[in-house]
Amino acid sequence: MPNDSLIIKGGIVYDPLNGVKGSIKDIYVKDGKIVEDLSEEAAEVIDVTGMIVAPANVDIHSHIAGPKVNSARLMRPEDHLRDPLRRKNGLRSGCGFSVPTTFVTAYRYLLLGYGTVMDPAVPPLKARHALEELEDTPVLDKGIYILMGNNNILYYLLKKGDKKSAKLFAAWLLKSAGGYAIKVVNPGGTESFKWGKIFNSLSDDTIWGIKPKVVVDILNEVACEFKLPHPVHLHTYNIGIPGSYKAALDTINAFKDNRLHLAHLQYFCYGGDSWATFRSESVKVVEALSNYENITADMGQVIFVDTTTMTADTPWEFTLHKLAGGRWSNSDVELETGSGIVPYRYRMDNLVNSVQWAVGLEIALLLGPWRVFLTTDHPNGGPFYFYPEVIKWLTSADARKEMIEKIHPKAKKRIYLHNIDREFSLYEMITMLSAAPAKALGLKEKGHLGAGADADIAIYKPKGSVAETLSRVEYLIKDGRVVVRHGEIVDASYIGRIIRVDTGVDDSALSNEVRELFDKFYSVTFSNYKVEDVYFKREVVKRVV
Amino acid sequence: MKVENVVCPFCGCLCDDVIVYVEDGAIKGVEKACSIGRSLFLKHREDLSLPSIDGRETSIDEAINEAVNILRDKKHVLIYGLSSTSIEAQRKALELADLIGASIDQTTSICHGPTSLAIHQTGIPTCTLGEVKNRADVVVFWGSNPLEAHQRHYERYSLIPKGMFVTEGRRGRKLVVVDVRPTPSSRAADIFIQVRPGEDYEVLNALRYMLKGGKLDGEVGGVKVETLKSLLDIMLSAKYGVIFIGMGLTMTRGKYHNVEAALSLAIELNSHTRWSVVAMRGHYNVSGAGMVLLWQTGFPMAVNFSLGYPRYSPGEYSAVDLLRRKEVDAVLVIASDPVANFPREAVRNLLSLPIIAIDPKRSLTTMVAKVVIPTAKVGIETEGTAYRMDGVPIRVKKILNSIYPSDEEVLDRIIAKIKGEERNA
Ligand SMILES: [Zn+2]
Repeated sequence: MPNDSLIIKGGIVYDPLNGVKGSIKDIYVKDGKIVEDLSEEAAEVIDVTGMIVAPANVDIHSHIAGPKVNSARLMRPEDHLRDPLRRKNGLRSGCGFSVPTTFVTAYRYLLLGYGTVMDPAVPPLKARHALEELEDTPVLDKGIYILMGNNNILYYLLKKGDKKSAKLFAAWLLKSAGGYAIKVVNPGGTESFKWGKIFNSLSDDTIWGIKPKVVVDILNEVACEFKLPHPVHLHTYNIGIPGSYKAALDTINAFKDNRLHLAHLQYFCYGGDSWATFRSESVKVVEALSNYENITADMGQVIFVDTTTMTADTPWEFTLHKLAGGRWSNSDVELETGSGIVPYRYRMDNLVNSVQWAVGLEIALLLGPWRVFLTTDHPNGGPFYFYPEVIKWLTSADARKEMIEKIHPKAKKRIYLHNIDREFSLYEMITMLSAAPAKALGLKEKGHLGAGADADIAIYKPKGSVAETLSRVEYLIKDGRVVVRHGEIVDASYIGRIIRVDTGVDDSALSNEVRELFDKFYSVTFSNYKVEDVYFKREVVKRVV
Repeated sequence: MKVENVVCPFCGCLCDDVIVYVEDGAIKGVEKACSIGRSLFLKHREDLSLPSIDGRETSIDEAINEAVNILRDKKHVLIYGLSSTSIEAQRKALELADLIGASIDQTTSICHGPTSLAIHQTGIPTCTLGEVKNRADVVVFWGSNPLEAHQRHYERYSLIPKGMFVTEGRRGRKLVVVDVRPTPSSRAADIFIQVRPGEDYEVLNALRYMLKGGKLDGEVGGVKVETLKSLLDIMLSAKYGVIFIGMGLTMTRGKYHNVEAALSLAIELNSHTRWSVVAMRGHYNVSGAGMVLLWQTGFPMAVNFSLGYPRYSPGEYSAVDLLRRKEVDAVLVIASDPVANFPREAVRNLLSLPIIAIDPKRSLTTMVAKVVIPTAKVGIETEGTAYRMDGVPIRVKKILNSIYPSDEEVLDRIIAKIKGEERNA
């Protein structure tokens, strides 16, 4: 039986949100929470003298579960064949690589010190699918963001000018699908692709005759009025192409007065007007962001591996398919969204890929750990378990220099990275991995070690470098349970939680008109649409308003 | 009592608007379902299986104990079926397979398995059925006869309904049926194209060739090139087209090559206008079985765990092939009837092995099984998730009580006993 009380004794504690910067301190745990004090008799004492004690990590953006991840698994059997994992110690077997099986996803995250992972792109009609996969992703706490930027009912209401109904509908949708945050992907773009058109803009009219900016504005209002813990999580337009930095600047300018999260910002920091003139413009984007503390971002760092790209930005995946050749999957989801999938290998000898690699590091190093969080937009930029590589580059200018020698020789003239000396310290790295993303997510019980916090604690043995130290935990405590001991997973039977918000908007708040739209245009009945409570076996509901 | 919006647990359409009337613990009436769905509900108490060992009636507990003895003793167990039970049960079946190092396969390997093999090669542009209703102005059924196998498909999703952008319903859609013979479904078509049996591959590739500007004359696969040209024109003039592929494509000469050609055609058409492909999946949760296999093992069917990790090899670890080569020494069948459906040679070898059958209904398989464990029928006597043919997950309902446990519960008890854990009954 797991002990319900723990004393983590003698460790070197890093707790950025509480300003603790490497003090030797005991941490007390009772009933899954961190407490002020505890008597030694009743508790299991874990002696961690000399080890680093930090809040468990939080991933703000990682595609780990749901319909498009599973479609990618189906499309790429060869991806799994090279990375099998045996069943052992009561753990389930499975496979990696770029689209790992659910159990393997959890195990690899746990060994990296993670306690919470957010899947950032779920179509509400298929939310049950994401939730079922997350139930098979044990121990971790998980949440899903609900795709709304191309929702036809929302567009219909906005076209009519009925903002009030539009807002209620969005709040209802978030609750009905069991979401934690509102996700917007290339607003208007995914809808236009259903008409065979490539559309990328905030200010042009979509096929519906409304502007994407209006859609994002209304969703920002929902986030604000319903006091959602996390703001609109925005993947803006023109991802991945030369000149994408202008879309970033346009987006920052359009929404600078709101709280906002810019997803995988790296992909929106490119200059040049063709693939031949492709270059970094991260400095311009960083400059634009420097005044707006209300806007956070995650890296979307690129790793030089064979991976799988997947996004609700269907026109982009189709473009990538035409560029890269080879396999392509696409799935259009009625009234809501779509998704596309293309396998992709980032190559060191490719100029564009080399620039992409540098850009991710540039924005992180220039904006710092409280503003930009570590992600690879898993698996778009590479699998998440390559994070230690990224940590190495963020914490060592020498390691970066070595890489810059290896990448495409022309890249050096197109990037800024070699001009940056900054090296994140252990404290800054822990901030970037835990405290800062937890804060951006509004997860008050995560990302710190103060009394009342969830007892999600990562404990590392110091090794030669920050990156080596953070590459595998010695212990991981999740909700007060010892999940990893001596660097091995000892208990993964625990299901973990689904964290979702309750906006308080239920069916009665929907207008008859919305109900009629449902009946006419969905292929499931209204009563079979909403996600039933049974899909939240263990959950934390954040009641808002 | 009138129960509305019941989900029909029969075919991959998962119609979720069915009305069921329940009186005195029995189903007395059914509305809106197709004829097959109606009889599924009305006759669900007929032909029930009974707990038995070697044909002798016993208790559920003893049947489970006997199943555990077999599964513990045998070296290479095959777990097969899965397509007519819930996700919850399928997950348990996989846990069991991983635990005992079994091979696991699902019914898709004898219907839409080739579709998966083709997707490995090309990917698939697809869409949900509501997208067909709202947007599709051209629908093509290739090797599929929905009016007999998916009776409400035309009515609910693909032909008749008025959608958001296809406001006229039937009149706003062109229906093309391609098959080797006329069927009730082809009689409703605007255009019927009859292909010589076994030559779908040639016809699909002729369309691809012409799409790329190639010139042909005469005929291909028994179809005049003129006809194919006009089909291609229709495809190119569609705003949003959908090809539904059936077993006439996946289980005839060429198998996955046929599907690969269909998927390639759809992918290539997307450079001109929008086209999607949807597989006409048979059993109500065959789609879901593939989903769980994928998220737990990375592969959609034919998985072997004997080395302690999932290995995928259709043709090697698929049920029919394992049986043909006599490579397994016991078979656990969940909600399926391989004795009725497998090729003769595979059935002959199957009959020589101890079979454990978990099934609410009597079947040829339960009649020859060493152990029979009856269960509550998913979608009538127990709830659970099922995935529609287009991947939309829907919660099927419990509307009646059963004296038997669910498939999930039986499998969970088996797992617990093999692990030596206690479970509260
Ligand atoms: Zn993403």
